[in-house]
Parts: sequence; C-alpha cells; structure tokens
Amino acid sequence: MARLVGVDLPKNKRGVVGLTYIFGVGNSTACTILDEAKISYDTKVKDWTDAEIAALRKILNEKYKLEGELRSEVQINIKRLMDIGCYRGIRHRIGLPVRGQGTQNNARTRKGRKKTVANKKKATK
Amino acid sequence: MSRSLKKGPFIHYKLEQRVNELNESGKKTVVKTWSRASMISPDFVGHTVAVHNGNRFIPVYVTENMVGHKLGEFAPTRQFRGHGGKKK
Repeated sequence: MARLVGVDLPKNKRGVVGLTYIFGVGNSTACTILDEAKISYDTKVKDWTDAEIAALRKILNEKYKLEGELRSEVQINIKRLMDIGCYRGIRHRIGLPVRGQGTQNNARTRKGRKKTVANKKKATK
Repeated sequence: MSRSLKKGPFIHYKLEQRVNELNESGKKTVVKTWSRASMISPDFVGHTVAVHNGNRFIPVYVTENMVGHKLGEFAPTRQFRGHGGKKK
C-alpha cells in the first residue's frame, strides 16, 4: 500500500507497472527509477519495504516533475500557444486536431462525441 | 524531424536585411513578406510583419513569445465559415 507523490496507490501490480500510475511516469521512466533505486521490476508494489519506498520517494521528488505541477506546465504551454494566436493555438481553441491530422472522418478524440445533424440531405441519384 | 543545428534557423535573407535596417534606423514600418517559412528571430520583436496567406497580407505584430515560431503560423491560409445551417 504505497502512497507516492500525493494520490497514487496501485496494489498487486509489478513495480514497473505500478509506477506508471503516476502522471508523468511511463514505462521507460519507471524502469530508470527502479534501476536507480536498485529494486527489481518484478517486485509487487505491496512487497516494497519501507526503505525502498523512501528511496523511490526521494528520487521522484528530486528528479521529476509530476502530477499537478506537470499538468499545470502542460496547460501553460497550451495557453501560450493560444495567446500568441499561432496555428497550433487556434486548433487548440476550436478543439480540432493540432498536429495536421485529417478531420473529414474520425478525429473524435478532439471533436468529442458525434453531433448528428437533423435532416441532412442524402445524395440523390 | 527537426532542422540541423549546424545550419541555424532559416530566415529569408532579404527579410532579415529589411528588419536589420529597421532596427538600425529605429523606424517601425510594416514589412511585407511572402516568406512564411522564415523563423521569427529575436530581432523581429516589436515589428509588424505583413505575412502573405496566399490571398492577402495578414499583419502580425511580433511579441516576445513568438520567437522560434515560423511566420506562416500566424497567417492562416484557410477560412472556416461554419457548417450548413438553414438555407433561405
């Protein structure tokens, strides 16, 4: 029952996987962290000793920008793009894909759920 | 892929000349350019550049935050007029 950087406590998972529940830690960061703390990847989160948890906490606090802090940084970056009115900023503003993807179909992640248009004309033969 | 550092940022040479001239004389006139691919360098800050969008020139006032972006990013080439709606 480890609680690192605020609100995260995944149990019953391997160490590498458990760490990725933290916002800002993915697979490769999780590996580097565990390497540095000299913990096996396969140790379950619940099996970490107090000393190991302390070591992890130290590494996470000192070297990485995580959770809220990271989220706000991302938001600031997006805000900057929107404020200077560049192409990417405009795409963020109107909620369309930012990196040049097509929008004729799909792009539902950015556009949200489908909005059906009533009485849309069918193609006549 | 990003551009090789060896080459440095791309700025159209005539545009660069114009901006340097303006900086030396301390004048603030609008510089027209078609070079959308040019990077905004710190020299541009405070000037207004009219960037061509294929149809007309869009005046762009360059601020500190824009350094490192390309001029074309600030002059959209497409105009979205909204979808369908009621015809009458």
